[in-house]
Amino acid sequence: MKEITITTNKISNMVDGHFHAWGWEVPLYLFLGGLTAGILIITAVMAFRKRQDGFKLSAGKLSLWAPIILSLGMISLFLDIKHKLFVWRFYTAFEITSPMSWGSWVLLLIYPLSFLLILATIRESYPGLFSFVNKFLSALKLDVLFKKLTEFSEKNHKIIAGITIPFAITLGIYTGILLSAFGSRPFWNSSMLGPLFLVSGLSSAVAMVLILSNENEERSLFTKVDIALLLTEGIFILLFLIGLATSSAQYKAALTLITGGALTPSFWIFIVMFGLFIPLLLELLELNGRKINPKLAPALVIAGGLFLRFIIVEAGQMNSWLPY
Amino acid sequence: MKKYGMVIDTKLCVGCGACVVACKTENDVPEGLHRDWLVEEVTGKFPNLHMEIRSERCNHCSDTPCVSSCPTGASHIKKGSNIVKVDPNKCTGCQACVVSCPYNARFVMPEGYVSKCTFCDHRVEKGESPACASVCPTHAIVFGDLNNPMSRVSRLLRARKFKTIIPEAGTDPNVYYLI
Repeated sequence: MKEITITTNKISNMVDGHFHAWGWEVPLYLFLGGLTAGILIITAVMAFRKRQDGFKLSAGKLSLWAPIILSLGMISLFLDIKHKLFVWRFYTAFEITSPMSWGSWVLLLIYPLSFLLILATIRESYPGLFSFVNKFLSALKLDVLFKKLTEFSEKNHKIIAGITIPFAITLGIYTGILLSAFGSRPFWNSSMLGPLFLVSGLSSAVAMVLILSNENEERSLFTKVDIALLLTEGIFILLFLIGLATSSAQYKAALTLITGGALTPSFWIFIVMFGLFIPLLLELLELNGRKINPKLAPALVIAGGLFLRFIIVEAGQMNSWLPY
Repeated sequence: MKKYGMVIDTKLCVGCGACVVACKTENDVPEGLHRDWLVEEVTGKFPNLHMEIRSERCNHCSDTPCVSSCPTGASHIKKGSNIVKVDPNKCTGCQACVVSCPYNARFVMPEGYVSKCTFCDHRVEKGESPACASVCPTHAIVFGDLNNPMSRVSRLLRARKFKTIIPEAGTDPNVYYLI
């Protein structure tokens, strides 16, 4: 037998049965960060596409969602941090070994890039918004600057898109590395989490296009893209599980959380079944001409992406090197 | 540079909890939170049972994931030593360090910043031992400079069998347990 008793109290994080430092805010932030990365990658890649008619959403309108979703993620992150008045401290240091520090600075670069991407297509995508902003800024005598910035973005659309792509990929991968860098939490400590979260974020963004788009050509292209992404995500999840299964005892113990342990039903039902397998099947059927509610598969993909973050963040905290 | 460490004799520790009380008093640790704690580990099969009592705390590791994961530099190593500390004025309460510690030795103060054992560095500066070591009635907790071969901690580690907690986590802890 091996029985461990803590005869005095330990820390407040432990009173809930298992270690629990991060609640719903962090997984939500990771999801929204990944979604933003996906949106930016799509809009930036579409800037290089020669023929853009029939792709009004992905080549233009979608870009407006990036800063909105990212801001929601940032609000979620802000709600998570406990020493709120000191939030500005993220920007008084750059710690090269801290993924969170890299993330904070990348987020800061993502904002101007996403605004420039919006400006590059704002006249066509959101003429109403363009004239409203113009009027508003003319009251502040900033309309000349706005006009110049818009012209600059339109002229340099491809260059801005080219710069955005690596930063958006970094953002998407960072949402996974944030967790995988913690050697103390075996469930997270896998380099697969970076690419997995990137692909999942991209897949969620593609799903968003499928929900918002009404154009057949656009929907058809992005359905195909989503099928490829879901297949890739499935392979990455498999590799992630193989990594845990073939590692040392502590990692194998972490794997049992989803192979018979407390998180088994939620992982296999909400992530694998409803987040990957069923939407993949629905999208394949849809491509083959079956009449299926076109919003169902993408809605499942988005919900699956959200569950992926929630379950992985929870699993990492349920298993550590010490049982106390 | 000084490399401070703690050597705790599990053969002498009776689990009285004086170290825990002394720490809370010395460092004004709020109710419900603890910088050190006692673990009783019973192993074996009746009637051949073995009990070990350990006073545990931050291990002031030589390889510090808590410092490397901190995005603001709040979690740091005190200059001229290996004592791991948190600067409340730089801490955002993001808990990256809390999550990165394999010993679960860090916690969030009611004010929002992260706190932990400091080896009572304010006492060490004055040449005193940390509060937990100074009150231990069986002298089970010994504090000193591991770089000094003549210090009590170094001599104990040369003379006795010892272990560290979960060395496989790879953080090179500096709290040793005599077994």
